Amino acid sequence: MEALELLFFGFKVLLTWKILALMMVGLVLGIFVGVLPGLGGPNGVAILLPLTFTMDPTSAIVMLSCIYWGALFGGAITSILFNIPGEAWSVATTFDGYPMAQQGRAAEALTAAFTSSFIGSLVAVLLITFLAPGIASFALRFGSPEFFAVYLLTFCSFVGLGREEKHKTVISMSLGLLLAGVGMDTVSSQLRMTFGWAELYRGINFLVAVIGLFGISEILVTMEERLALRGHAASISLRVVLGVWKDLPRYWVTLLRSSAIGCWLGITPGGAIAASFMGYNLAKRFSKDPESFGKGRIEGVFAPETAAHASGTSALLPMLALGIPGSGTAAILLGGLMVWGLNPGPLLFVDHKDFAWGLIASMYLGNVVGLVMVLSTVPLFASVLRVPFAAIAPMIVVSCAIGAFAIQNAMFDIWLMLLFGVVGYVFKKIGIPLAPFTLALVLGNRAEDAFRLSMIGSGGDLRVFWSNGLVGTITTLALVLLFWPLLARLLGIGRRRDR
Amino acid sequence: MERSQDEADAGSPVASNRSVEIAVYACLLGLAALLGFDNWHTGIGWDPTGPRPGYFPFYLSVILGAASLFGLARELIARTQASDTFVTRQQLARVAQVFFPTLAFCLVTQWLGLYVASFLLVAGFMYFVGRIAAWKCLLTAFLFSAAMFVTFEIAFDVLMPKGPLEALFGR
Repeated sequence: MEALELLFFGFKVLLTWKILALMMVGLVLGIFVGVLPGLGGPNGVAILLPLTFTMDPTSAIVMLSCIYWGALFGGAITSILFNIPGEAWSVATTFDGYPMAQQGRAAEALTAAFTSSFIGSLVAVLLITFLAPGIASFALRFGSPEFFAVYLLTFCSFVGLGREEKHKTVISMSLGLLLAGVGMDTVSSQLRMTFGWAELYRGINFLVAVIGLFGISEILVTMEERLALRGHAASISLRVVLGVWKDLPRYWVTLLRSSAIGCWLGITPGGAIAASFMGYNLAKRFSKDPESFGKGRIEGVFAPETAAHASGTSALLPMLALGIPGSGTAAILLGGLMVWGLNPGPLLFVDHKDFAWGLIASMYLGNVVGLVMVLSTVPLFASVLRVPFAAIAPMIVVSCAIGAFAIQNAMFDIWLMLLFGVVGYVFKKIGIPLAPFTLALVLGNRAEDAFRLSMIGSGGDLRVFWSNGLVGTITTLALVLLFWPLLARLLGIGRRRDR
Repeated sequence: MERSQDEADAGSPVASNRSVEIAVYACLLGLAALLGFDNWHTGIGWDPTGPRPGYFPFYLSVILGAASLFGLARELIARTQASDTFVTRQQLARVAQVFFPTLAFCLVTQWLGLYVASFLLVAGFMYFVGRIAAWKCLLTAFLFSAAMFVTFEIAFDVLMPKGPLEALFGR
């Protein structure tokens, strides 16, 4: 029950006019960003991050997480009305969402999407409320070897469990870790990989890379595909909303299953994309009438949306409790924490109680307010998509440049952003995944520090990573995950992947 | 309807996925060698206090190099397989339509400040790429740049690079 008390404390932190206003601003900006083609959750958060630089950490994180909720809701609008998934995890939503819109049931599909996002997130937030403090206090006993083992586990599970070709994941990750090491070495204060170039002394900022990799490259990809925006009009009436909600209990199994899948894949870095497809496929497989999926079945909207949002939200659990982000967006929020001068990790719950619980409380509040807001403003935001892309594209470029510059007040970072934009475009097209790169870039220094501190502690003996039950288990698990595809083949375990 | 028209004149492929992949792996291999050498120079051994600064990144460059080499070898060996198109002539032209204005925007930002550059980028892009009426372009660009200025410089106190125009107004 202590969690509930602390949660109330969190709500008390939130209930000021200033924070509530920031919340609304964040939600509107988020929905806007989510609706725009070529932007979405992580990009929007990265680009709008500079707005929060001068705020206190609690206001900043509340606004930022509301931008994220808004973007998640906004993504569903484009998937259903325009058949354009704003994010890879909304792809599965288009399977049944767009046919529903074509049949004139857009309002129903949108209500279903928003409601199931809400349910998915709610389940994940409940999980965070009750699990995160426990995990964090457990992690307080961690020393450097344990932390390195957890980082290793994160990296290895990306390689072992990701769907991409293994060598591409390894390239993406090692490149990210390498670039994280550019600049001043934190342990010895020696310069590394700067080649005497003064601009590189302060290192390659993770957020600059993210803005380029996601924002600029997305514009290039969108432009290349030249999306012809043809949407369906929609406005949601209370009658439709109540109608969908009345039917909701009929789908409780689907909702529960998708929430569980989402939470599991969010905490382990399986990610929202895998979760949404798995949620959809399982709903189809267990359905009495699988043929009707893909032709405008409301369950086909419930299943992927619930799973994707449960996953997106629960990805914040390892970030809050351990300082390890479970998704790209969580990684960006983590970058934000560092900018505001907070040290992510288990100590957050001890040293910055108001921050940690304020954030958790804002997840509840942001979700409820967001749901009401999107349900009432869909026509307004859907009209954003009728603005020509030729007007939106340059505005996004400018926003990206503002974001990149504001982080360190360096013109060099704008150039770096452009470079990462091109790299991101090429990587995306040849299938080198960007998520491991992002994760490696944000965790690189911390992983290296943990490794070196462990080595200093043990006098260079690698056996420190098996020195006690806990660290030994995590390290071994990491190695098993790394070689999982190989092991699975050797052991003859047939793995069926959901497509 | 527009899509089928698109597909019809999609143009000839400029590069295949395979050739781009080979080029990327080669670049990454070069990068790995360069960074590996630099780290080796910094020191990859062990001090009494633990690994030296070059140790961790050196082995990462080895991993990067090995993975790139693997990719390179695989693409070179699998020569008979037909490869997907990386980009067609038309697609490349459209990407260039947004890439070069962005490049110009960065250059102009350096000399004239971000807000003037943003006005020029939005107006220019809408007019030349979007073929939208000139007055709409100018108005949108002005409103956008002004809104950005108010949001960042005034409301949120986030300062951007500025040039002679802003100096004229004493900012």
